[in-house]
Amino acid sequence: MLGFAIQRVLQALVVMLVMSLLVFVGVFAIGNPIDVLIAPDVTQEIRAQTIAQYGFDRPLHEQYAAFLGRVLHGDLGRSFVFNMPVTSLIFSRLPATLELTLAAVFFATVLGVPLGMYAGYRPDSVAARVIMAASVVGFSVPTFWIGLVLILVFAVNLGWLPAGGRGETATLFGVEWSFLTLDGLRHLILPALNLSLFKLALMTRLARAGTREVMLSDTVKFARAAGESEWTVLRQHVLRLISIPLVTVFGLELGSTLAFAVVTETIFSWPGLGKLIIDSIASLDRPVMVAYLVLVAFVFIMINFTMDLIYVGLDPRLRKARS
Amino acid sequence: MKDSATPFARFSREFGENRIAVAALAVVVIVVLLAVFAPLVAPQDPFDLAKLTLRDARRPPGFVGAAGFAHWLGTDAQGRDMFSAILFGLRISLQISVTAGLIALAVGATLGAAAAFLGGRTEALIMRIIDLQLSFPAILLALVLAASLGQGKTQLTIALIAAQYAYFARTAHGAAVTERGKEYIEAALSVPLPARTVVFRHILPNCLPPLIVVATVQIANAIALEATLSFLGLGLPPTEPSLGLLIANGFQYMLSGRYWISIYPGIALVALIIAVNLVGDQIRDQFNPRLKR
Amino acid sequence: MTMTLLEVSDLATHFFTRAGIVKAVDGVSFTLHPGEVLGLVGESGSGKTVTGFSLLGLVDPPGRIVRGSIRFEGRELVGMDPVQLRRMRGRRLAMVFQDPATTLNPVLTIAAQMRLALTAHERRSAAAVRARCIEVLTIVGMPDAGRRLDAYPHQFSGGMRQRVAIAIALLHRPPLIVADEPTTALDVSIQAQILTEMKSLVGEIGTSLIWISHDLATVSSLADRIAVMYAGRIVEDGPTVAVLRNPRHPYTQGLLDSLPAHTEPGRELAQIRGTTPSLLNLPAGCPFAPRCDHADAACDIEPDLVGSAGRSIRCHHPLEVVAA
Repeated sequence: MLGFAIQRVLQALVVMLVMSLLVFVGVFAIGNPIDVLIAPDVTQEIRAQTIAQYGFDRPLHEQYAAFLGRVLHGDLGRSFVFNMPVTSLIFSRLPATLELTLAAVFFATVLGVPLGMYAGYRPDSVAARVIMAASVVGFSVPTFWIGLVLILVFAVNLGWLPAGGRGETATLFGVEWSFLTLDGLRHLILPALNLSLFKLALMTRLARAGTREVMLSDTVKFARAAGESEWTVLRQHVLRLISIPLVTVFGLELGSTLAFAVVTETIFSWPGLGKLIIDSIASLDRPVMVAYLVLVAFVFIMINFTMDLIYVGLDPRLRKARS
Repeated sequence: MKDSATPFARFSREFGENRIAVAALAVVVIVVLLAVFAPLVAPQDPFDLAKLTLRDARRPPGFVGAAGFAHWLGTDAQGRDMFSAILFGLRISLQISVTAGLIALAVGATLGAAAAFLGGRTEALIMRIIDLQLSFPAILLALVLAASLGQGKTQLTIALIAAQYAYFARTAHGAAVTERGKEYIEAALSVPLPARTVVFRHILPNCLPPLIVVATVQIANAIALEATLSFLGLGLPPTEPSLGLLIANGFQYMLSGRYWISIYPGIALVALIIAVNLVGDQIRDQFNPRLKR
Repeated sequence: MTMTLLEVSDLATHFFTRAGIVKAVDGVSFTLHPGEVLGLVGESGSGKTVTGFSLLGLVDPPGRIVRGSIRFEGRELVGMDPVQLRRMRGRRLAMVFQDPATTLNPVLTIAAQMRLALTAHERRSAAAVRARCIEVLTIVGMPDAGRRLDAYPHQFSGGMRQRVAIAIALLHRPPLIVADEPTTALDVSIQAQILTEMKSLVGEIGTSLIWISHDLATVSSLADRIAVMYAGRIVEDGPTVAVLRNPRHPYTQGLLDSLPAHTEPGRELAQIRGTTPSLLNLPAGCPFAPRCDHADAACDIEPDLVGSAGRSIRCHHPLEVVAA
């Protein structure tokens, strides 16, 4: 078990290294590297100074080493637009995105899995067909469009919920969270719903497919032959057996959800990382772009790593192979 | 008697038994035809700036404009007829998504099959890279590429290809690995047929069924992805609006009640994607032997 | 004579598929007494497994029991309220399946699975549950049951897994166990072992057993009575010794002849010519007629199951009675 963990950590480090190299090459080496660090409208003097300071006149591998060094020290540059260190900028926006993503993921799972299981358990019922039809819509329709419709219906026409923004926040552990206030929750609902729909549809479909397959398996037949109630069968056998593929997709889609937060945050003017990156691309604030990429790469590797660990926890057959 | 029909005929017959899938296919065909013949069908050329009058801007559906015909779906902020704009938007969206999808299919499938064929460390390396890319969400990849490459049809297509080829590569690899173990490949190699022939004329054709399934899903994804990127301002320049851009342009007017500028292009987009997905679903179910009752 | 435990009459289970109606079981009748072992023999596609499922009410859609009656312990199982039927499963009738690799849940420990089966019908303390589990595992011959209880199915060999499945079937001491080819998926050496163990178990505990198999040889060492199935019907039924020594249906004779043990060394194995018919489109008349050397015009009408004194035969031209 420990050997497995170490192996994965090493792999993660290698991937991080490769990612950093790619980001470095992509941003610093192609085109005009100096433009990444300073605004385009500075004087020639400052330009020359910065070139010397950052060593752009030095060979490439030295530059890369310096870049790595800076990153490892947490120095990801300074934002042009906000004129503050990118690291603090990112950390100030992180809670909003985390909140949104976690709410979306929670919603998608807590609602999606039971719905899908029901649809798989009674596949020919009216409810099941409705659920499946709705799920096709859920993962076909682009997130941004659902957001628009949600705003149109709930904010513009019905006026029940606000059309954007984060609302009031309350502090917990020194961080501002909006779900702790009623106004904040009101602002959180629509974007979280928007972000969750794709994953919800996916989870529902997966849960249904898995349930249908497992219900026809010998394991369920044997459990029924032993006189176990349908509820027991669903909870103890079906749910446990489908959680393995479900967790796989959950993990893969977690990253996707984080990514799609970019779209939701833009539509709902949610002040998180997603909106930050879009604004940065629009205003060509490249240090922020670089930092975002590095951070995202790190988060993804962490997610993958955690998923691997969870697998081994869920499927006892994998533990034997690893030890 | 029944089984003497060709595989395609059998496939089509079974497909025809699912009315929803047939309806979806009809929608796809209609949309494709509308898009292809857009210049002939649309009452107005939305790119011809000379024909637009600002007086007609932001008019609701049914309004009869300066050009003398009714704008069934209203007009947008520049006075463009929404119906025409949507038709051309569909055209551009389809153009880009299908092109990107097909090229991604070609590139990915070749890569995956070749990797399976070459085996050993080359295969392991290629698949590692593919897996790495797959663990990154396509939208972020496309986002970054579109941002760095700039606006334009070609750039957007490249971004989409780069974001999608990995799915094809992995599917092709999986199917090819199954195929390479089969005896007919061994026989072909011992003739000896050159590697390139074996890969292209023997392995790849037999990997087609799963690839077709992935292709339909990916085309739907490409349409959505392109629309999303355009919506975010990263895809196409404003002079050649795809559906995503149309929707983005109309976003600000929604809050003041002029919903038609965003909603109608949105409906067109959604209808297309759902239709493609439904067709893909049916194809997938038909290729899956385990679901045969 | 003790009351019959199980009385099946004219049971029919059909599957309503897209391709047509598959009459998997079409007219099966037999009786079973307490403590008796019945061997249900037939090739794949003969309907023997579906018969087993029908007894327990485990037929999945698109199949269902279309006619007939199953009287178990005096109660009619066909059409019984599902909740009541569920209460009987596991407690009064249990089933062991063919492939223990797929019957046991791979992500639950043996202990967990046994506990689920036990608590489906009784409430017991955790300690009592564990004690009972160890008890049955020991009965089926699992060494060191106390420790192995907490292992996962994949950590056992095939034979051990099947023993676990049998143990689960025994948990509530049911008067009837249906075993569907329980040794087919195991190594030949283990097969013999499990067979012997089942035999002694049945003798000790006094459970009735329906042993479903395609292999006459296996069944013959264990069963008191044999029922031979073909195309969804019982074609011959009688005490084991009688059926084996004096088969009266040509199909039974064919099965016996094809056994390696009945063949002289060096000679080709005898085969029954032709293939089993598709259950989708059975021709009218006796389903075995196309493959039978004795068939004639009379066989265009399906024969009824006729018999007396515990010996039945479904044939217009039964083979002659051999003097004992």
